[in-house]
Amino acid sequence: MGDVNDRTTENALDTAAAARDATYWAKAVTRLNVSEVPKGAINLNVTGKQLAGPIQGFGKMWQKTYQVRLPRERVSATDLIATWKQRFPDFWPEGNLFYGPLTGIAPGEVALLNMTLPGGMTLSTGVMVLYADEESFTLMTPQGHMFAGWITFSATERDGETVAQAQVLMRASDPIFELGLTLGGHRQEDLFWSHTLREVAAHFGEAADVDTQVVCVDKRRQWSRWSNVWHSSAIRSAGYMLGAPIRGARDLARRGRTPD
Amino acid sequence: MTEATATFGVRRHGAASVVDIQGDVTSGSEDVLMSAYESAGDAGAIVLNFSDLSYMNSGGIGLLVTLLVRANRRSQQLMAYGLSDHYRQIFELTRLDEAVSIHDSEQSALRAAGVR
Repeated sequence: MGDVNDRTTENALDTAAAARDATYWAKAVTRLNVSEVPKGAINLNVTGKQLAGPIQGFGKMWQKTYQVRLPRERVSATDLIATWKQRFPDFWPEGNLFYGPLTGIAPGEVALLNMTLPGGMTLSTGVMVLYADEESFTLMTPQGHMFAGWITFSATERDGETVAQAQVLMRASDPIFELGLTLGGHRQEDLFWSHTLREVAAHFGEAADVDTQVVCVDKRRQWSRWSNVWHSSAIRSAGYMLGAPIRGARDLARRGRTPD
Repeated sequence: MTEATATFGVRRHGAASVVDIQGDVTSGSEDVLMSAYESAGDAGAIVLNFSDLSYMNSGGIGLLVTLLVRANRRSQQLMAYGLSDHYRQIFELTRLDEAVSIHDSEQSALRAAGVR
């Protein structure tokens, strides 16, 4: 009888673990697909791309951790993450647009990003939600993104505080982005995520300081990955912007030929 | 998310060290995993046994990437076996399978590591 009970408990635990796996992780995909492009969004470098993790990147590998601490009585870890998932784009710096699914952050969903770079260029890229549970969610980048890797947003409760964290594990995707990161890109990224975390804290009524920790996990560059530049979202976005006048003239000509 | 809920036992088989993973692997497992890795010493191959893995989140996958960097730095191969179908898919999704060779059994992993 005891054996039967043990087996029943074990089976129940296995079923619960399998349900947890299926719920929190994205399903396997070989290439990304954007089901619906929101009005105003540019979708250039996402559809048909493969995901690219830190192993597939070119540059040095970095782990960057940004944290803010809030009093636990203001918000619990699970409530903070629920809000962060729901209002993710609201906390970003101005000029950077995240076109997520209307249903919010959920495993397997693909979001388009239109980022404003210094000089006013709009860089079009995206991310896929790799993982999402009640206390964390992770976004993974496609080929051609500025960096290859993922960002995990999480919240934990420690010593009467709720600690909100964004942690980036990344390599620059290609030699051009590596140069860009070295020439101020890292600083821009630090400012971006510090701003985001300050906005999260402000949403819960706290003016919190952001702790930043940067670790170079691997100093070596993966020169065999230099050809990632072929997918570069910066080059493709620049090409798209330069082609705008030609596309506009073509549209006008087409309209002129079409009878009313 | 930060508490360690996994244990890592290390066994030596000739030129390879097998790391038996038990429990939930999350970012909170960093210290115990890295300490197990240090115990594995100068083995030519590190074989991760996932047969008793209960659960792994994205923080756990991140740890495996940093472990891979350390192993590469020491010219060690990183291998895995005992992965469920679900976690095989996660290795493919995160493209970890391009750097960590996946095997069906301990014997197969040890053979690939050159252990007879």
